[in-house]
Amino acid sequence: MNHLQLIIKREYLNKVRNKSFIIMTFLSPLIMVLIFTLVAYLSQLNNEAVTTINILDESGLFTNSFKDSESVNYTTLENISINEAKLATETSEAYGLLYIPKAPVLDNLSESITFYSEGSPSISMMRSIENKIEGRVNVLKLEESGIDAKQIEELRINIDAKIETFKGKKTSKLGAGLKLIFGGIAGYLLFMFIIIYGNMIMRSVIEEKTSRIIEIIISSVKPIKLLLGKIFGTTLAGVTQFAVWIVIIMFLSTAISSIFGIDPSAIQSQPQEILGETSNSQQIIKDVLVEINNLPISNLIIMFIFFFIGGYLLYSSLYAAIGAAVDNETDTQQFMLPILMPLILGIYVGFFTVMDNPHGIVSQVFSYIPLTSPVVMLMRIPFGVPLWQQILSLVILFATFMGTVWFASKIYRVGILMYGKKASYREIIKWLKY
Amino acid sequence: MNNLLVANNVSKSFGSFKALNNVSLEVPKGSVFGLLGPNGAGKTTLIRIINQITMPDSGSILLDGKPLHPNDIKNIGYLPEERGLYKSMKVGEQVMYLAQLKGLSKTEAKERLNYWFDRLGIDDWWNKKIQELSKGMAQKIQFVVTVLHQPKLLIFDEPFSGFDPINANLIKDEILRLKKEGATVIFSTHRMESVEEMCDHIALIDKSNKILDGKLIDIKRAYKSNTFKVGIAPNNPDTIHAILKEKFDAVPICFKSINNEKQYKIKLPEASSTNDLVTYLTSIGQLSHFEELIPSVNDIFIETIQNNYEAS
Repeated sequence: MNHLQLIIKREYLNKVRNKSFIIMTFLSPLIMVLIFTLVAYLSQLNNEAVTTINILDESGLFTNSFKDSESVNYTTLENISINEAKLATETSEAYGLLYIPKAPVLDNLSESITFYSEGSPSISMMRSIENKIEGRVNVLKLEESGIDAKQIEELRINIDAKIETFKGKKTSKLGAGLKLIFGGIAGYLLFMFIIIYGNMIMRSVIEEKTSRIIEIIISSVKPIKLLLGKIFGTTLAGVTQFAVWIVIIMFLSTAISSIFGIDPSAIQSQPQEILGETSNSQQIIKDVLVEINNLPISNLIIMFIFFFIGGYLLYSSLYAAIGAAVDNETDTQQFMLPILMPLILGIYVGFFTVMDNPHGIVSQVFSYIPLTSPVVMLMRIPFGVPLWQQILSLVILFATFMGTVWFASKIYRVGILMYGKKASYREIIKWLKY
Repeated sequence: MNNLLVANNVSKSFGSFKALNNVSLEVPKGSVFGLLGPNGAGKTTLIRIINQITMPDSGSILLDGKPLHPNDIKNIGYLPEERGLYKSMKVGEQVMYLAQLKGLSKTEAKERLNYWFDRLGIDDWWNKKIQELSKGMAQKIQFVVTVLHQPKLLIFDEPFSGFDPINANLIKDEILRLKKEGATVIFSTHRMESVEEMCDHIALIDKSNKILDGKLIDIKRAYKSNTFKVGIAPNNPDTIHAILKEKFDAVPICFKSINNEKQYKIKLPEASSTNDLVTYLTSIGQLSHFEELIPSVNDIFIETIQNNYEAS
């Protein structure tokens, strides 16, 4: 077996056999599923609770405006004074009292409507009540001016523009949303992977320094081989852990949703509500499947793999360099920031700029800068990026990786043998010249 | 070819700091070579260059007459001063790993490991983790790691630190046995008595420069000052002091003795011989102690470093 294989094997086995690694592998998906289930369960509870609102309508104009919904029941109080109604509401189970006084002029009415309750009502509840009143007042005002409200309703047109590329590929707003989800998941996954396993590499470099074995190892193998061995070994352990996580999460969520009837994925249904305006759920599923088919799947998967590997290697070599430069983990802080900044920047640019304009100048520039390109480009690809741009970005990424490995191994060579010396940026620049 | 390792004008700088300045060394085959010098003199840098951990800025290192090659790592066994092992790894697994990194095959490594563990009586440590061992026990494992691949050249940097006297002796005997079997040993330490005991050759490095090297015996000869320790029961105790003072460069001293005698340190002038001194001394009294003062490595070390300090 050659050196690199030996090192990879040792790093892998060392990680995988580590007790805390094993515990994390099995515990974190459990915790994650539990939290999601709990949140889903709680929000279901929240939805099931029905609020009652009393209405005292002295104007008599809103008799049909308030209809019971799933979460709110409206009770109309009649033939009592406002003070009596307030007292009755306060002592009853009802959440609050909506008071609409008698008003001869419609314009004055809106100013004198009051909602009484124990605490402050939620914004969404107030908005829904206000909307109902506004709608009714609008109709009344139209009638007052002699316009038939029904006619206006009929004249309203709903426009749903079709989106189509020049090559005739049909797409839709739903598709755009799906692309965002795909890109977002890919970018976020990379982000998580880099943070978790980059740190792990850094710690294993520091461990060799603090246990003082490094000089023994380094008299047998070249630092760059040790560096690469560490990165690959830890990565393999990471992939193993990720795979176990996915399997456990999938298993647990199916088990839980079938046993308790709670669907952990219900939490993620919100974006779908925003995207899909059709209420028919079967129609949505059909649309989603069609849109997924429309996505450049093979391109997406291949590029995901390449950008994931490239981005991860780039960052992990930087993490290894940090590990070599310091003596213990507390000293890593000052070097962590410049690494985390571009990573977080990539995520922000991805989620905000790409969402806004996937092919705008900002999105384009950031999809070439190697420290942000893995995240940003992965988010852009579902929207259709010319192949030459993807390849150019990849070439830049891997060229930079070569550069950082060289840079990291330089720091590594010198840094791993420096004990007790607190590394500063100036010190590290000096090391590069050794 | 009598020298296993030759360093030619090796220089190395770290930034503006010159760690080694044109250092040349010759380490004869089969010798124990003491590499001495005060802290920060450049010994560790030189050792790291020999191990190809760092590269020299200029100069070259020859091993067996050929320039150092990356493959030579299997010909060198190195026990660094800053040493340790993976704390959470099992002893057997760890030594196997390190041996394989040195180029041994799995079966070879296992075979030799069994031999050494047997020899040092540490068979039952195989499945222990390093963190369960004491410092001295871990040092033994490190020693095994250093010698397991049977290198031509062994480099020990402070090998006895952390050992109790019994284990230090055990390791010393093992080193001498390996030397007898043909290995060449470079030995860096601040414990001068072990240099005295073990080294055939020494080199002294101070402030990045080599200031002294050669066979220990030759160096001692060069450093001896023709001074003798003398114990004498004089015929005339009252005048002995004046007489000796007048004839020689004599200083009264005190050393442990069972005799009732006057004790002196006498430096012999260049022209006269030892016999002259003995003849004269016996003529003025009963000579009970006569010993040439041979400088110890410790004396040589301190004297040379101090001279070097004054010169610069």
